[in-house]
Amino acid sequence: MKYTYYPGCSVSATANLYQESIDSVLPGLGIELEELDDWNCCGATAYMSVRELLSFAISARNLALAEKYHRDMVTPCSACYLVLNKTNRYCEEYPDIRKKVGQALEAGGLNYSGNIKVRHLLDVVVNDVEKEKIAGTVKKDLSALKVAPYYGCQIVRPEIGLDDPDDPQIMDELIRSVGATCVDYSMKTKCCGASLMGTDEKKALHLCKEILADAERNEAHCIITVCPLCQMNLDIYQSKVNSLFGTKFRIPVIYFTQLIGLAQGKSMKELGLGRLGVKISGEMKKIIEGA
Amino acid sequence: MSVRIGVYLCHCGANIAGKVDIDAVADFARGLENVTLVKDYKFMCSDPGQALIQKDLENKLVDRVVVASCSPLMHENTFRKTVERGGLNPYLFTMTNIREQCSWVHIDSDRTTEKAKDLVAASVRRAFLLEPLTKKEVPINPRTLVIGGGIAGIQAALDLAEAGKEVVLVEKEPSIGGHMAKFDKTFPTLDCSACILTPRMVSVGQHSNIELMSYAEVEDVGGYVGNFNIRVRKKARYVDSELCNGCGACWSKCPSSRVPRKGNVHEKLSLGPTTSIYMPFMQAVPAIPVIDRDTCLYFKNDSGACGICAKECERGAIKYDMTDEIVEFEVGNIIIAAGFKTFDPAKVKRYGYGRFDNVMTALEFEVMNCASGSTGGNILMADGSEPKSIGIVHCVGSRDSHYNEHCSRVCCMYSLKYAHLIKEKTDAEVYQFYIDMRCFGKGYEEFYDRLLSEDVRFVRGKVAEISKVPVTETEEGKLVVSVEDTLLGTVRRIPLDMVVLSTGLEGSETLPEIAKLCSVSVGKDGFLIEKHPKLGPVSTATDGVFVVGGCQSPKDIPDTVAQASAASSAVLSMITREKIEIEAATSEVDEDKCSGCKLCNTLCPYQAVKFDEEKEVSVVNEALCKGCGTCVAGCPSGAISAKHYEDRQIFAEIEGIFSGGL
Ligand SMILES: Cc1cc2nc3c(=O)[nH]c(=O)nc-3n(C[C@H](O)[C@H](O)[C@H](O)COP(=O)(O)OP(=O)(O)OC[C@H]3O[C@@H](n4cnc5c(N)ncnc54)[C@H](O)[C@@H]3O)c2cc1C
Repeated sequence: MKYTYYPGCSVSATANLYQESIDSVLPGLGIELEELDDWNCCGATAYMSVRELLSFAISARNLALAEKYHRDMVTPCSACYLVLNKTNRYCEEYPDIRKKVGQALEAGGLNYSGNIKVRHLLDVVVNDVEKEKIAGTVKKDLSALKVAPYYGCQIVRPEIGLDDPDDPQIMDELIRSVGATCVDYSMKTKCCGASLMGTDEKKALHLCKEILADAERNEAHCIITVCPLCQMNLDIYQSKVNSLFGTKFRIPVIYFTQLIGLAQGKSMKELGLGRLGVKISGEMKKIIEGA
Repeated sequence: MSVRIGVYLCHCGANIAGKVDIDAVADFARGLENVTLVKDYKFMCSDPGQALIQKDLENKLVDRVVVASCSPLMHENTFRKTVERGGLNPYLFTMTNIREQCSWVHIDSDRTTEKAKDLVAASVRRAFLLEPLTKKEVPINPRTLVIGGGIAGIQAALDLAEAGKEVVLVEKEPSIGGHMAKFDKTFPTLDCSACILTPRMVSVGQHSNIELMSYAEVEDVGGYVGNFNIRVRKKARYVDSELCNGCGACWSKCPSSRVPRKGNVHEKLSLGPTTSIYMPFMQAVPAIPVIDRDTCLYFKNDSGACGICAKECERGAIKYDMTDEIVEFEVGNIIIAAGFKTFDPAKVKRYGYGRFDNVMTALEFEVMNCASGSTGGNILMADGSEPKSIGIVHCVGSRDSHYNEHCSRVCCMYSLKYAHLIKEKTDAEVYQFYIDMRCFGKGYEEFYDRLLSEDVRFVRGKVAEISKVPVTETEEGKLVVSVEDTLLGTVRRIPLDMVVLSTGLEGSETLPEIAKLCSVSVGKDGFLIEKHPKLGPVSTATDGVFVVGGCQSPKDIPDTVAQASAASSAVLSMITREKIEIEAATSEVDEDKCSGCKLCNTLCPYQAVKFDEEKEVSVVNEALCKGCGTCVAGCPSGAISAKHYEDRQIFAEIEGIFSGGL
């Protein structure tokens, strides 16, 4: 299965460990990604609220570039996923926006006729690869590992329809197909604070604390995410949460692709797991090494 | 043959004349072939208007009538009668709609007038080809079938029975009573539900004119108004109703349970015994238990290992080998009173129903309040302790575009009733989370006022979420309701012990099936569609079939009872007439052309076309046929024609439209 790959800016910088795990895990699942040539910023969620039309135009350029390949475009980042999908939807539903975006593209010698389906990497892994196939690549028994799926707020927005917005299941399913134990907890779709971390850190830390606390209350060994920003907030800022609220969280926050890699018996190094903010240690480490 | 067509143009006040130049249309009509007379009048449907037509007919001035006015739905019948009074066959009259399809929907006056001319020209051409038809009369069987034994069905059955007419009441559950039998008190008067319902249930059980078939379902409906053939399946109760005297010896010794034995207080909620042989509640009518096959040990062990109830029953009423029984009978009219179901709140994952203890539905809360139920009427938490705070969440599954757009009408009021009951029985704090308080009925606003002074907290806002994730110490171990308080303009988190979800009302799951059997339609809101939302609230598109109560729309008990009595009086007026005229504009099969392919048999939405095995052709049952024309259009051999809407009549109409009056 071949897809056009839209990496987005995070995975080549702050979240390069996400990219490393993607490179390591996907070929084994039969997923081939071809990076979109000359892609640009997706328009980003923050910019979208300031200059909507410009944002649509920037975003649509990627869609226009992708159209000649006649395949779905896949992104590993929840924000890119949301923005590109929003652009698609607005261009389809609002003739006025479609016209203006069309003019902008034309000035750059491009044209977009609305035929690109934008999908999240999680969607492709869970819905395009047979469960048995994933299970077949599993080499380690992770049944003792309790994993909390953290969806964040963006990928299951109702207008996209990927899964139930209140109680999504697709990551839960994935955890089970790699043989780990899925933790059911209430905060799986609550906001991590997103870019609020840059403007009102205290509030954002508070939001992170609630998510971490609920995962801990439900005895999770680790949290898995699908979004570079969620991962950064919950992982890199975990020590700040601890010092602000007097908590003692030590919950590794890893990407879903890293979990698949662990189950496949790949090394921590190959999966970029050595560079986490909160290191894998204690019980989780024992489970992984013992398995 | 010379035909003399009279054209009568209606102004409908300014409704038509305000947009259409009537004089111009009249001049135009005078120039049409075969038109010998044109008249116009302010309101053609009024007495003087009708008299105009009648007199011209009596004076033999015309022998075909075209009335150009409103929709035939509105006044076709009116003018047919006028024409009949004038001594002309009513099918030699045709109506032109120049209001709904002309003056009301167009802006430009000149072009609207032109359209009115075209429509009149079309009708005149059609009138030329009309044929007289004769209406048939069929006798009406005075017996009535009532489907559903909630308060709606009970009321309708008793009304008819009291008037001396026979009724068959079919209820799918082991007892009649419906939802009302599960309530302790009823709003707004707080009278005891059992006290007002039980006597009526008993009357139904005892009335010599009512044949009660409980634990039974209608399987087939054939025939037509006045003469329906009904087939009912009486499910096996495994208890012989002739022998049983309802003493209760059987369930008092039954070793197996219908509810989870290890369940908490809420999971074990029940009105009647929780054993496998049980009566749904103590006042059940008929007072005869049934065996729940799924949990009964006798049926679970193929060997028939248990058999305790049979041993306990002194009268030998337990019959494990009982089978379903099929009964067939005839009735003249059908009243559908199949009620409603409540919304399943597990669909709203955010509210935690089914995931968290102490989040319960309104119906569960009703049962918990019943003095004869498993908690003795006490309001208890799942662990059996008394709650210190309870929240009531309104509009769960109603007024919500994700689930049901409609307002369920009764939830505001029963939520108020709960607040009162909680205050009466416990020391708990009560919160109402509402969008708008809708207290529309008699005494309802007064009841709301009363609750406002009973120390109940009203929070205006739709609840966003019910969670068990504590943020502060006071939230530890509680259900936390997150809500935007739109009066304070702030988001609040309110920790509570227990939450009741005021779930909305939906048409019961059996409605689509019943609707299909009786040829009535289910609306997009899931309720059955009445004939006219204002003027035909209990009749349906199918003659002789009526809808009442919660299956027609969400409603309270007073409205349900009123509607039930309305339907029974409509049925009575049919029965009293003894005969009914049936529409003559039906389809007809030309036996010489019919190839016997039976396509029409499956196409007919009214099951009016059947195959005659002997002649090997399809035959239309005129009493059932509504003249919709589906079979006519579908017939591959062109063997079916619609009387009053023959091809040549319709083509003439089309030609008329394009003729420009020539
Ligand atoms: C929680 C709650 C509290 C309420 N409290 C009040 C109150 O205090 N005061 C008030 O005025 N109103 C109240 N109401 C409204 C009241 O319940 C309705 O007005 C009333 O029950 C409507 O009666 P019904 O006979 O139309 O329907 P139902 O009570 O639903 O009865 C329908 C009957 O038809 C049967 N049936 C269904 N399908 C078939 C079939 N295919 N064949 C045979 N039988 C069938 C059912 O088993 C049932 O017995 C409340 C409603 C709810 C949900």
